Amino acid sequence: MDLTTILALIVSSTLVYSAPLIFTSLGGVYSENSGIVNIGLEGIMTMGAFSAIVFNLTFASTFGKATPWLGALVGGIVGLVFSLLHAVATINFHADHIISGTVLNLMAPPLAVFLVKAIYEKGQTENITANFGYFSFPGLANIPVIGNIFFKNTSLPAYVAIVLAILLSFILYKTRFGLRLRSAGENPQAADTMGVNVYKMRYAGVLISGFLGGIGGAVFAEAISGNFSVSTIVGQGFMALAAVIFGKWNPIGAMLSSLFFGFAQSLSIIGNQLPVISKIPAVYMQIAPYVITIIVLVAFLGKSVAPAADGVNYIKAK
Amino acid sequence: MIRVSEKIKKILVPITSVIAGFLVGAIIMMIWSYNPIQAYSSMFESALGNMNGIGETIREATPLIFTAIGFSIASTAGFFNIGLPGQAQAGWLTSIWIVLANPHMPKIVLLPLAIIAGAFAGAIIAGIAGYLRAYFGTNEVITTIMLNYIVLYSCQYLMQQIMPKSFRIDTDTTKTISENGSLHINWLSELFGSSRINCGIFLALIALVVFWFLMKKTTLGFEIKAVGLNPFASRYAGMSTKKNIITSMLLSGAFAGMGGVVQGLGTYQNYFTQTTSVDIGWDGLSVSLLGSGTAWGILIAALLFSILKIGGLGMQTAAGIPYEIVSIVIAAIIFFVAINYVVGLLFKVKKSSESHPLKKGEEIGPNNAVDGPDIKIPRSEVEN
Amino acid sequence: MDEQQNVIEMANIVKDFNGFKANNGINLELKKGEILALLGENGAGKSTLMSILSGLLEPTSGEILVRGKKVNIKNPTVAKNLGIGMVHQHFMLAHSFTVLENIILGHEPTNGPLLNFKKAREEVLALSKKYGLSVNPDAKISDITIAQQQKVEILKVLYRGANILIFDEPTAVLTPQEITEFIQILKGLAKEGKSIILITHKLEEIKAVADRVIVIRAGKSVGYFKVANVSDEKLAELMVGRHVEMTLHKQPIQLGPEILQVKELKVKENRGNLAVKGLSFDIHGGEIVGIAGIDGNGQDELVEALTGLRHVESGQVKIKSKDMTNQSPRKITHLGVSSIPADRQKYGLILQLPIAENLVLKNYYHSPFSKHGIINFDKIHQHAKKLIKQFDIRTTNENLAAGELSGGNQQKVIIARELNLNSDLIIAFQPTRGLDVGAIEYIHKQLLHERNNGKAILLVSYELDEIMQLSDKILVLHDGQLAGKVKPKTTNETELGLLMTGVKKERA
Repeated sequence: MDLTTILALIVSSTLVYSAPLIFTSLGGVYSENSGIVNIGLEGIMTMGAFSAIVFNLTFASTFGKATPWLGALVGGIVGLVFSLLHAVATINFHADHIISGTVLNLMAPPLAVFLVKAIYEKGQTENITANFGYFSFPGLANIPVIGNIFFKNTSLPAYVAIVLAILLSFILYKTRFGLRLRSAGENPQAADTMGVNVYKMRYAGVLISGFLGGIGGAVFAEAISGNFSVSTIVGQGFMALAAVIFGKWNPIGAMLSSLFFGFAQSLSIIGNQLPVISKIPAVYMQIAPYVITIIVLVAFLGKSVAPAADGVNYIKAK
Repeated sequence: MIRVSEKIKKILVPITSVIAGFLVGAIIMMIWSYNPIQAYSSMFESALGNMNGIGETIREATPLIFTAIGFSIASTAGFFNIGLPGQAQAGWLTSIWIVLANPHMPKIVLLPLAIIAGAFAGAIIAGIAGYLRAYFGTNEVITTIMLNYIVLYSCQYLMQQIMPKSFRIDTDTTKTISENGSLHINWLSELFGSSRINCGIFLALIALVVFWFLMKKTTLGFEIKAVGLNPFASRYAGMSTKKNIITSMLLSGAFAGMGGVVQGLGTYQNYFTQTTSVDIGWDGLSVSLLGSGTAWGILIAALLFSILKIGGLGMQTAAGIPYEIVSIVIAAIIFFVAINYVVGLLFKVKKSSESHPLKKGEEIGPNNAVDGPDIKIPRSEVEN
Repeated sequence: MDEQQNVIEMANIVKDFNGFKANNGINLELKKGEILALLGENGAGKSTLMSILSGLLEPTSGEILVRGKKVNIKNPTVAKNLGIGMVHQHFMLAHSFTVLENIILGHEPTNGPLLNFKKAREEVLALSKKYGLSVNPDAKISDITIAQQQKVEILKVLYRGANILIFDEPTAVLTPQEITEFIQILKGLAKEGKSIILITHKLEEIKAVADRVIVIRAGKSVGYFKVANVSDEKLAELMVGRHVEMTLHKQPIQLGPEILQVKELKVKENRGNLAVKGLSFDIHGGEIVGIAGIDGNGQDELVEALTGLRHVESGQVKIKSKDMTNQSPRKITHLGVSSIPADRQKYGLILQLPIAENLVLKNYYHSPFSKHGIINFDKIHQHAKKLIKQFDIRTTNENLAAGELSGGNQQKVIIARELNLNSDLIIAFQPTRGLDVGAIEYIHKQLLHERNNGKAILLVSYELDEIMQLSDKILVLHDGQLAGKVKPKTTNETELGLLMTGVKKERA
């Protein structure tokens, strides 16, 4: 293999594996910046993946090429609805964020598989026909070398996710909504005295994480797994959570961390096709995201960079 | 609103959660045109209606008791050990490996050795999180989640790449362990209709007694409880918060590791590649939350969830209802446990003074001093 | 004419907390453009009054007029709309936000979907220029000093258009230089027509900045003066109140051996600045040494350093001739030190645990309460029953959670536990905080009893009455240093007040 081919292979597979992580971790960033810890991203992704696959299988003939995109949207909506559980429990009912998030993770796989069985009378769906596939940017793909590496046969959802990260970063740091959302996660009491509706902001944070987590799951299912079963989403949501932390609770940081984790993941899968890498046991690539997250947490002395009131219930005084 | 005493309320809230969980399951079944009454009756019928079912139910409860104890100890100390799956998996692989490596060692040496090694493996995994928490303030929820996946992939690697080929049948399954390292007892199994029940249940019952004794009767348990309830007052009273964090996580991991041990040496008699974090970890967490961390609570909750899980298999065959409804019901129960604040509103405590103890992360009322600030004890805050 | 208008009139304000009247008929008038000082001891009811004015609490009875109109300030938004803004003692800031973000939060100027930082910056810079509140709008709160954070709080209030500003103990957290600057800021605000209420118990500040002063004691307004016409002595006397009656019978002192010796002690507070700045003193058996001073002058850090909870930077703590500097709390306790903490619910008790277990929180780990790591609950219960009787703890039984007791009885549990240790040194930090008269008397008697039995007692308190009544020797702490060393018999509260407020200095 020549260098360009190797790089093209690495870049495109990195992008494929990063896309779901970017969407989901962006959701996590919004939830945590509003002050709600969301370890239920895994469960949300599962619901997104499930609903996208069902949509895709049902409507592929109707919508053709648009199907996976619409499927992702459906996944996002289902994820949003599912995340309502977490929002109500933590914001209105004073539930522990970790326990409530764990409930999402406990609930999603059986619920999705139950529904698969109820619909298809078997535990695993068929493979979808309309998947995201590979995309070549018209024009850009013809640029010598660079076009081959970055713009030919690549993952369009990943590029959408990257653009979205920039947009969400902009919203979080440059708009009124973003400022108020962050204030709910930094010092809800101060925010409240300044006239910010903390509950509303926290709902927004959690529901955005539900929507984006659902999309993340959908993208994973429609670009990578191709069908839905109980083992479709295994650790993707937790890896996205790791990306939130590694990215220091910042949309751009989460996006870059997701790219890095996607890179590590793809190496563990395509590594055997590559020189040098093929000699390293795949396990190192597999555990890299998790080990790095722990190291980063230790290096930052734990919680100093998280939003100050992340995970703290805010109970309005009467 | 029902007026009850504080003690009754403590029991009524989980019972209400269980009923509500079953109702959620029923509603979901009804939406998809399954008959919930038929479902639940066939569930209980197959779990408790014959000796094999009872044996399997007890067998299923065995590892859950261990992992639930593990979760409870950490949670008493104020830590959320979400790494039970990884700790259990480490215990499972370690114990099987020890037995496979020493098939001819006398049972009286081999069995204890394998069990202790498994517990040790779990303790080390949890201990890492405890150490990082004590000395670096690293949030244990995140580290234990990450450790779950590190263990998941490492175990796969260790088994497939490091374990001698002679221990394995194929890449994904080890050989069955020798009699000398097994928890299986023939007469017990025969008694319960050839089920996989094994003497792990006796170990689990002993573990429950040990757990009860540790938490209720020893200075160590007292310290763990004190630090979990109020780290500031505990430190002021001369207890070491660091020591207690690490000790409680080590103990927690050891019990979780034992959960994996009984699963390996008892239920399966081998180890096979896991593609997701092992379920006894998550179920143990649910058992502990429902059983509110007490010995009796754990025993009852473990049996209840095992009835659901074993009965669910029967339900699937007999009534044609997908097995997953069981896990949905369990998750729903834990949801109601999580919002116990709301569930608790159903019941009013009789006494006029509603001076309930402060909950983690919540603020409590004025500090008697009129001008004094309300105190807050956030759950994450631990002084060194 | 306008100058003489009352912008605020509060008449007969009463605030009743379950029978305790924190405010019991307070009257207050604030004129436009003036600085009115609210003087009073801790717990006198100043904060309660101001919480009522800023909409955080509703009064039980009384009337509030703002610019001549009767109002009902039922929440902070109403207060804000009336132009009332409060600068809290504990700042309400988001630390990872910039100064600008904190100021505009909730009132953000926008430009389409975007925040209009340019406009916000211009407005804020204009305000800071007008009132001399220079602070970098783009700095993060976590990177600026406390004094600058205070400026941000003031800017926040001004940005919302407040013209009545309440400052709650604003200088408690500032250095002397910062205080000088702050006083200039206050004067500037008043000159621009803002009306200011300044809550304080520092006399020198009142002299420096206020036009008039209202003295509040025990929930009542007891004095109303033009600052120019009143002496420090008069204010100090009014603030601390009635002449202390030495109702407690004190036996003549019988000095025992030296128990505690503190040499050149230096201790840092949480932010890393020195809070105890080279303190030396000693205590013998049979005497009570009182540490008088205003909250925040190093008392917390001193007590924590003596009990092993806080690192000693330099200097030495010797207990019974043993160097116990930077030893663990347990070792210090074991050597013979009892400690009654100021915050009984955070440090003194584990509220969820039964009384019996709280009574052995410091000695559960050895005989007779446990052997080989196993607890003997029978012994703990017997012990509890004995102490409940001996210390008259009002409870149904020893299994009740400590949190269910009244404040006074909670304190009795702590006193019982600590005195039962039979230590040679007893450190009592605010031992009667928030308690009713009966409980106070009881605790005072217990402490005197221990003194008469030859124990060394260090009493740290913000209540001058308590210090005067109990102490054999009084050390006055100001800014982490010894401002004076006096005997209760030869001093009076006025002198103490002056020493505490730093007006008078007398090197011991």
